[in-house]
Amino acid sequence: MIQGKTGKWEIIIGLEVHAQVTTESKLFSGAATSFGSDPNTQVSLVDAALPGMLPVLNKKAVEQAVLTGLAINAKINRHSVFDRKNYFYPDLPQGYQISQFSDPIVGEGEIEILMEKEERRIIRITRIHLEQDAGKSVHDQSPVSSYVDLNRSGIPLMEIVSEPDMRSAAEAAAYVAKLRSILQYLGTCDGNMERGNLRCDANVSVRRPGDPLGTRCEIKNVNSLRFLQQAIDYEARRHVEVIESGGQIVQETRLFDSESGVTRSMRSKEEAHDYRYFPDPDLMPLDLDEELIESLRARLPELPDKKLQRFVQSLGLAADVAGELVADKEKADYFEPAAEGRDAKLVANMVRKDVFGYANGKGLTISEVPVKPDQYGALIDLVAGGTINAAIASKVFNEMAETGKDAGTIVAERGLKQVSDEGELETILDTIIASSGQQVNQFKSGNEKIIGWFVGQVMQKTKGQANPKIVNELLIKKLTSD
Amino acid sequence: MAALTELTIAEARDGLSRKEFSAKELTEAHIKKMESTRILNAYVLETPERALEDAIASDLRRGNNEIGSLEGIPVGIKDLFCTEGFRTTACSHILDEFVPPYESYVTARMRAAGSVMLGKTNLDEFAMGSSNETSYFGAVRNPWAPSGTDQILVPGGSSGGSASAVAAGLCLGATGTDTGGSIRQPASFCGIVGMKPTYGRCSRWGIIAFASSLDQAGPMTRTVRDSAIMLGAMAGFDPHDSTSSKHVVPDFEDSLGKGIKGLKIGIPAEYRSGGIDPEISGLWEKGSKWLKDQGAQIIDITLPQTKYALPTYYIIAPAEASSNLARYDGMRYGLRVNGSDLTETYMKTRAEGFGPEVRRRIMIGTYVLSAGYYDAYYLKAQKVRRLISEDFETAFKSVDAILTPTSPTPAFELGSKSDDLIAMYLNDVFTVPASLAGLPAISVPCGLSSNGLPLGLQIITPAFDEITLFRVGEALENAAGWSPRPVGAQV
Amino acid sequence: MSVDKSTVTRIAQLARIDVPEHEADELAEELNNILGWVEQLNEVDTEGVVPMSSGMPGAELRQRQDQITEQDNRDLILINAPESRDGFILVPKVIE
Ligand SMILES: [Mg+2]
Ligand SMILES: [Zn+2]
Repeated sequence: MIQGKTGKWEIIIGLEVHAQVTTESKLFSGAATSFGSDPNTQVSLVDAALPGMLPVLNKKAVEQAVLTGLAINAKINRHSVFDRKNYFYPDLPQGYQISQFSDPIVGEGEIEILMEKEERRIIRITRIHLEQDAGKSVHDQSPVSSYVDLNRSGIPLMEIVSEPDMRSAAEAAAYVAKLRSILQYLGTCDGNMERGNLRCDANVSVRRPGDPLGTRCEIKNVNSLRFLQQAIDYEARRHVEVIESGGQIVQETRLFDSESGVTRSMRSKEEAHDYRYFPDPDLMPLDLDEELIESLRARLPELPDKKLQRFVQSLGLAADVAGELVADKEKADYFEPAAEGRDAKLVANMVRKDVFGYANGKGLTISEVPVKPDQYGALIDLVAGGTINAAIASKVFNEMAETGKDAGTIVAERGLKQVSDEGELETILDTIIASSGQQVNQFKSGNEKIIGWFVGQVMQKTKGQANPKIVNELLIKKLTSD
Repeated sequence: MAALTELTIAEARDGLSRKEFSAKELTEAHIKKMESTRILNAYVLETPERALEDAIASDLRRGNNEIGSLEGIPVGIKDLFCTEGFRTTACSHILDEFVPPYESYVTARMRAAGSVMLGKTNLDEFAMGSSNETSYFGAVRNPWAPSGTDQILVPGGSSGGSASAVAAGLCLGATGTDTGGSIRQPASFCGIVGMKPTYGRCSRWGIIAFASSLDQAGPMTRTVRDSAIMLGAMAGFDPHDSTSSKHVVPDFEDSLGKGIKGLKIGIPAEYRSGGIDPEISGLWEKGSKWLKDQGAQIIDITLPQTKYALPTYYIIAPAEASSNLARYDGMRYGLRVNGSDLTETYMKTRAEGFGPEVRRRIMIGTYVLSAGYYDAYYLKAQKVRRLISEDFETAFKSVDAILTPTSPTPAFELGSKSDDLIAMYLNDVFTVPASLAGLPAISVPCGLSSNGLPLGLQIITPAFDEITLFRVGEALENAAGWSPRPVGAQV
Repeated sequence: MSVDKSTVTRIAQLARIDVPEHEADELAEELNNILGWVEQLNEVDTEGVVPMSSGMPGAELRQRQDQITEQDNRDLILINAPESRDGFILVPKVIE
């Protein structure tokens, strides 16, 4: 809801997500799909639309789309059709995009998102269809020319279309994040928004609660969750202002400018579109047999929701902790082997502090962290076995990451072994107590908290290596004796 | 022995194997003929050096007993087939001086079978026409002229250059493509054999597309046997064309000489109506009698939707063409005419690059696909197309082949129909139905009109039954008892 | 349905083919001529008929394995380009 001058307005959001299907080769040609190569070096004669070139469908792309459909409990269409969407643009070599219009490969499905206070929302999926990506035009190289790179031309995309079921920018972001994590679990899209492998078109409109839908505007190609929310909030507020000041919203395509944080009309797209869709005569209809669909269903991996359930129910993790671990597949992939046969709660807490913290600080993805889960497991065992305490463990982890040495070696070399020997600790305690009459009196006069100060002193003298449990016991014993 | 340029492919094949002449000599004779007969404008690009290279290489292979099915045979290639390193234009200004860095699958197969490329033959721009008058490189002349006149006739189209070249001895055979009759109608006009295989028989890869669901490559030759030999080299599965068929390619030539005893031949009533020249219906009667005399059974059949085939074709073909030709935009290859901005560059390039007929068909195709008209025109046409195809399925329950005229008229005078579109379109009235149904069909020269012009009859068989097509074709050829040579002012 | 001058202009824009003012009327007439002729299809009862959109009805769509079969074709792509630089194809400036 937004509060306008004249009252409350409800924001209505529907999303069209273009997800690059993870494949080696393009949707209709044998050119590579990998990122970041020199311009026009991954372009087949088909992708450049040379005369007489013909498309041949990539089986993997079809399977990836079906897999994605199955993961969101969607209807898989046994019969689908590739159509031509006709329009002229310099980075569209054929003069048409091969897409699916009236008969997409995947029909209605749904995705559940989790908002604050455990609120669950179902976002309905209208359809998923397969289509080709276009090339890239660079406009800033010259005042008179645009530079065209066709490396992206023909790359397989899934267009995932939602119903207008989202009511806030936060819900839209949660939906995209959830969708992205599902795609990553499936391995059907890497979800990399910076590289444009996952792009959002947002359809935004506003209405009085209970009224019919208002006129919508489409914000094209938003490539980060932050921008998505900014764009939606800006656009919704713009609608309210226009309507409240007696104006009218014109249905149009708009672009989000991340510098200024505003959306602006795309003049070039203003010319009324008439895409003249028709079935591509170079390709017959695509018919899928039940066996293929079932064999793909059998290949479905454990998805985020199931994993979260398991983490909470069988591993006893708190819902929010489990939520953080499953949201990013790489985090779950690190945590699980590390937690194998260990105290899951201890592992979860340590991993989040040490590993995720380290990755964050260094700007690495979790899989790029040099310390692998099994090496990290050895460190956890040292903590669990009382050899070192958690605070020391963090130091050891950082050193493991920098030097590549294993936990045991570092603990031994640096003598970080925890001091649990009572005799040794008692001597240390006695000297401290002897020289801290004031604090002792405070304790005797009922200030229990002062215990913490004593523990601190012991940790200083033992470089943090004292076993806190034993230190506490001894302190109580000594301070309360006589 | 007849002049080398008068031989059939089969005769040349025997002469070469008997060492009566070399591929080099055979090729040189054709290069000479090609150069001395430029008045026909049959070739838009002559490639004599490449031809001699091919021929010498062929003679060497023969020395090593590596002998392909077209070993040393000089052929013309319709300029709709992309030829690696040789300008390919579809006879349109918009492709300008385009030189493909790749070879079409069909011509690659022919070359692997030993054929020798003499050059690229003329056609209607983007194969859109029935007279070869829409070519950017100018009209092609039919080597035939009405007896006692020096009237200049069209060769038919769109494969007019190939038809004229084969008829006049400028090659032993040539490739054509047929979308609505573009092989069969010019073959009939020029007195040669023109064959359109089943859709999917020959790969479309590397052939410049006109209407993808209709386009098929096929052989243009002087005899049915030559047609069978050449198709054998052209046909075959190509993984790069999703519409290429995996059907086994039989030995077509092997099907010849077996007669037609017991075959059931259908005569469709509907083909009698509609502007058909009495001489041609007369020849049609004669043709069915010939087949009857050779032991075939003649059966009257009906193809009820026939009259709707042509209007159906003139919706579907332009619709597909309007999209297929969108890639000619002046951005990546071919002609670019710069305007003040991108849109103007597009519009100028395509206005200057395409000729009037191509522009007209792109406009029609764009219109019938545009919002509000799709159902009324395009979808309607696709449904009628289905009915037309079902007409044939029904007919083939009772017959093995169908006999019809190829064209309602003999070759006509250059320029005489260019300003009456519908009249021009009607040339394909008998050839279009088989195209829409994707069926194989062949035109065989069966006689001369009263003023001495060649006339062809068409045979249509079920999908992938080219064997029967050739058998019946051979029967007509034998009965006609001649292999026509052009008589007229042109050669 | 008859095509007028403004329709010709709209279609010409969609097809990106410049039609000079003085040619529009003649072209409209030609198109009407052709469209009028094809409209005889309305005589055919196509109730419940499945449209035929492929040259080989019933044939199944072949799918290829996901393999990289193309190497760097840049030179082949650029060789026929009207204008190119630094490996890019140059086109008239696109204004967004
Ligand atoms: Mg034709
Ligand atoms: Zn899309």
